[in-house]
Amino acid sequence: MASPESAVNGPTMTAGAASKSLRNAFGGVIAFIILVLIGVLAFSIRLFSVIKYESVIHEFDPYFNYRVTQFLSKNGIYDFWNWFDDRTWYPLGRVIGGTVYPGLTLTAGTIWKVVNSLNIPLSVETVCVFTAPIFSAFASWAAYLLTKEVKGPGAGLTAAALLAMVPSYISRSVAGSYDNEAVAIFALVFTFYLYIKTLNTGSLFYATLNALAYFYMVCSWGGYTFIINLIPMHVLLCIVTGRYSSRLYIAYAPLVVLGTLLASLVPVVGFNAVLTSEHFASFLFLILVDRQCHLSSSYYLLVQVFIIIHVVALAYYIKGILSPKMFKVAVTLVVSVGLAVCCAVIAILIAVVASSPTKGWSGRSLTLLDPTYASKYIPIIASVSEHQPPTWPSYFMDINVLAFLVPAGIIACFMPLTDSSSFVILYIVTSVYFSGVMVRLMLVLAPAACILSGIALSEAFNVLTRSIKFQLPGIAGNPSIAEENGSSTVVAPNDIPKTEEAAKEKPAKKNRKKEKENVEKKPTPSKTEKRLLVLPLEASVIAVLLLVLLGAFYVVHCVWAAAEAYSAPSIVLTSHSNDGGLHVFDDFREAYSWLSHNTDVDDKVASWWDYGYQTTAMANRTVLVDNNTWNNTHIATVGTAMSSPEKQAWEIFHSLDVKYVLVVFGGVVGYPSDDINKFLWMVRIGGGVFPHIKEPDYLVSFSNLRMLTSQTYLFACLYPKRDGQYRIDAQATPTMLNCLMYKLSYFRFVETDGKGFDRVRRTEIGKKHFKLTHFEEVFTTHHWMVRIYKLKPQRNRIRGKTKKSKSSRSVSSKRDVRGKRNPWH
Amino acid sequence: MGRSSSTVKETQALFQSLRSAYAATPNNLKIIDLYVGFAVLTAVIQVVYMAVVGSFPFNSFLSGVLSCIGTAVLAVCLRIQVNKDNKNKLQDVAPERAFADFILCNLVLHLVIMNFLG
Repeated sequence: MASPESAVNGPTMTAGAASKSLRNAFGGVIAFIILVLIGVLAFSIRLFSVIKYESVIHEFDPYFNYRVTQFLSKNGIYDFWNWFDDRTWYPLGRVIGGTVYPGLTLTAGTIWKVVNSLNIPLSVETVCVFTAPIFSAFASWAAYLLTKEVKGPGAGLTAAALLAMVPSYISRSVAGSYDNEAVAIFALVFTFYLYIKTLNTGSLFYATLNALAYFYMVCSWGGYTFIINLIPMHVLLCIVTGRYSSRLYIAYAPLVVLGTLLASLVPVVGFNAVLTSEHFASFLFLILVDRQCHLSSSYYLLVQVFIIIHVVALAYYIKGILSPKMFKVAVTLVVSVGLAVCCAVIAILIAVVASSPTKGWSGRSLTLLDPTYASKYIPIIASVSEHQPPTWPSYFMDINVLAFLVPAGIIACFMPLTDSSSFVILYIVTSVYFSGVMVRLMLVLAPAACILSGIALSEAFNVLTRSIKFQLPGIAGNPSIAEENGSSTVVAPNDIPKTEEAAKEKPAKKNRKKEKENVEKKPTPSKTEKRLLVLPLEASVIAVLLLVLLGAFYVVHCVWAAAEAYSAPSIVLTSHSNDGGLHVFDDFREAYSWLSHNTDVDDKVASWWDYGYQTTAMANRTVLVDNNTWNNTHIATVGTAMSSPEKQAWEIFHSLDVKYVLVVFGGVVGYPSDDINKFLWMVRIGGGVFPHIKEPDYLVSFSNLRMLTSQTYLFACLYPKRDGQYRIDAQATPTMLNCLMYKLSYFRFVETDGKGFDRVRRTEIGKKHFKLTHFEEVFTTHHWMVRIYKLKPQRNRIRGKTKKSKSSRSVSSKRDVRGKRNPWH
Repeated sequence: MGRSSSTVKETQALFQSLRSAYAATPNNLKIIDLYVGFAVLTAVIQVVYMAVVGSFPFNSFLSGVLSCIGTAVLAVCLRIQVNKDNKNKLQDVAPERAFADFILCNLVLHLVIMNFLG
């Protein structure tokens, strides 16, 4: 909004100023009401899952967070900080206090404690389920504050409204999705707001708040590295484009020091804020540091920009106190000395960085630079579906209309280019790149897209409504409109006869400087005023209507996405029967509650790592591996067991004290994410550590034909291009048909329909009638989706042959058919 | 040869003008500069000590060095805000407000340091 000019010219201006302040106050009240409504909108649009299903925690990771919050609420913060969890990753255990990002659990725990102390009896689960919608409302308000700093309150309100509804953010913060991103996005936007505020005001108070908000972000999410890389880049950009000012120094330098300290305080980050390797020997200087301690690359950037900004600050200070001639002398002196030192330093740096194999970056961050790195070297990172690059339609699904409002916003940020608008441009550019690498990072793109679209829409509305207002009869000749300088203008054919101000503008079109025609205007400073041109009235009205229609389409899409696409709790599945009725598949919770009621507290359950968090949280049983996936060898052990024949699998599980094995099977109902579909990943991960598991053994290929029957050989001849296919029907390899996963999934499957037709793979299974020798089935859920087996105890006596000693057995079985030694024999 | 003597003369003139310009700064700014110099000197001493003795425990070293550098940085920010020449570039902050901000930031910094010192 234009700030009101001080009333110096007589009574007419006083009345104008009074009405203007009244209008400002009225605008403030309206803005407040709109913000409240935006908060309510952000909260309610995320409640679809609660309405359609029930107030339950979704997916897998939130169950772990929920379990940790339960522990925190029951045992207090000191026990939580020092918690060593022995009910997961048996027999290794997991140090929860040091490996979890505490922000989310501490936030929810605090809310629960405060609410309960006010005698509002909310359970921990309710607080956990509704934390995400509450913080999404806060995030919208933070986006309003941020965009207000960049462009003004109108853009702020638009950006807040867009962020409240954007589907990408909804997908990770729906009610029940109790995950780190729920609070982290709020912390991200709020930190950026405080940084921009410090940049605009130059106040150390906001710099302190900025550091504290950054601390909250570090506590909440691993994505804090985005902030600590973006801010130095922006500072460098400002310095390079000549926008250095003392406010920049105040915004950046305290953040570096305080931010590093605060980041190191969080146990899960610890010294990784500064270094990357575990052992830190003594180090002498920054460059020589890398030789021994491998200073982390993001910290490199931070420190180097820190040094650069000090150099620049010193240079500006000296420039200020010296005369220009002396300054030139100083510059030549410094440059000649510095150049020699720089060359030496760069040479050393290059040598040091080139000597380390991965140049100091961890696996996950290397994926961001080279998207094919993970699939080549680390199968676990490649197997997570969230780490795949997104497809083009997913952009339109997730940010919809904003996808083509963003370029307009970028242009609007250039008119005029300020520090804060350059920051927003840098933010969107980097987040677009990173979102192109991993689907999961579309979430970081969402706030940036909303901010820029808010700016674009607000500017467009500004111009259009100003055109309308200027041309409506009866409100013509508004001096307040003509006074506005610095706002964007539109170039348009100026053929409609207007007041004499506009007529005088025509001859002035040649030269850029505009004369002051209006005598009531104060003499403004000497910077060139933008000239005010307007669009035709009809075009403006239609354009406004079309923009409103665009917004309506966006709202419709967001509500649809929230209701249909992103509200599935994935622990409860539904389907519609032919007559329109709703059929609910609650098999997961059925299995977990069976486990918790029919097994001992100390029994160990083995399953694939996807279900680890849910098993510990809902069934309260010890698991071998869970979604944290921090120990690849342990996961590979479970994967090997699932891929081995029954006897070997039994031995692996028995050596790990496992009592029950859990598999998820979707063949009866057509549930596609079951263990048989994930089985190839088990083989790959297991084969990565234990070489006797080879993936081609499980795939049907031309070279495997000698193991197939003659009938299938004939069949295969008709289709020669059947290389490397994953099959479970009669043409599957014997290794596949004998492995534990196949047997546990399809045991007694033929009894369901008589033919053993798998609805997911759409074929009949290969081996239909078989018995289990080392496992016994103890529970299968209603729709056969979860099947639980118990390990049969060792036989007390062995008929026939006497048991040979271990060493002779290992000698005899050394010559394996496959040629590689099986470490489990 | 003439060029080198002229550059020597120029550098002497440069340092002369630097010294005279710096002597003209008001006293309160010079006190702040002295404080900054002291803090940086303490940090350098700590780094040298760490190079001699070894970096265990690392958190103590980090907190010590960063506390020195932190107070130095904050003092520089205070100097920027209090400097009368900067009035037109910065928003008008009263020197008392700037000092209060400085105190607050130092409080937070030292709270974190004491927690991290171990």
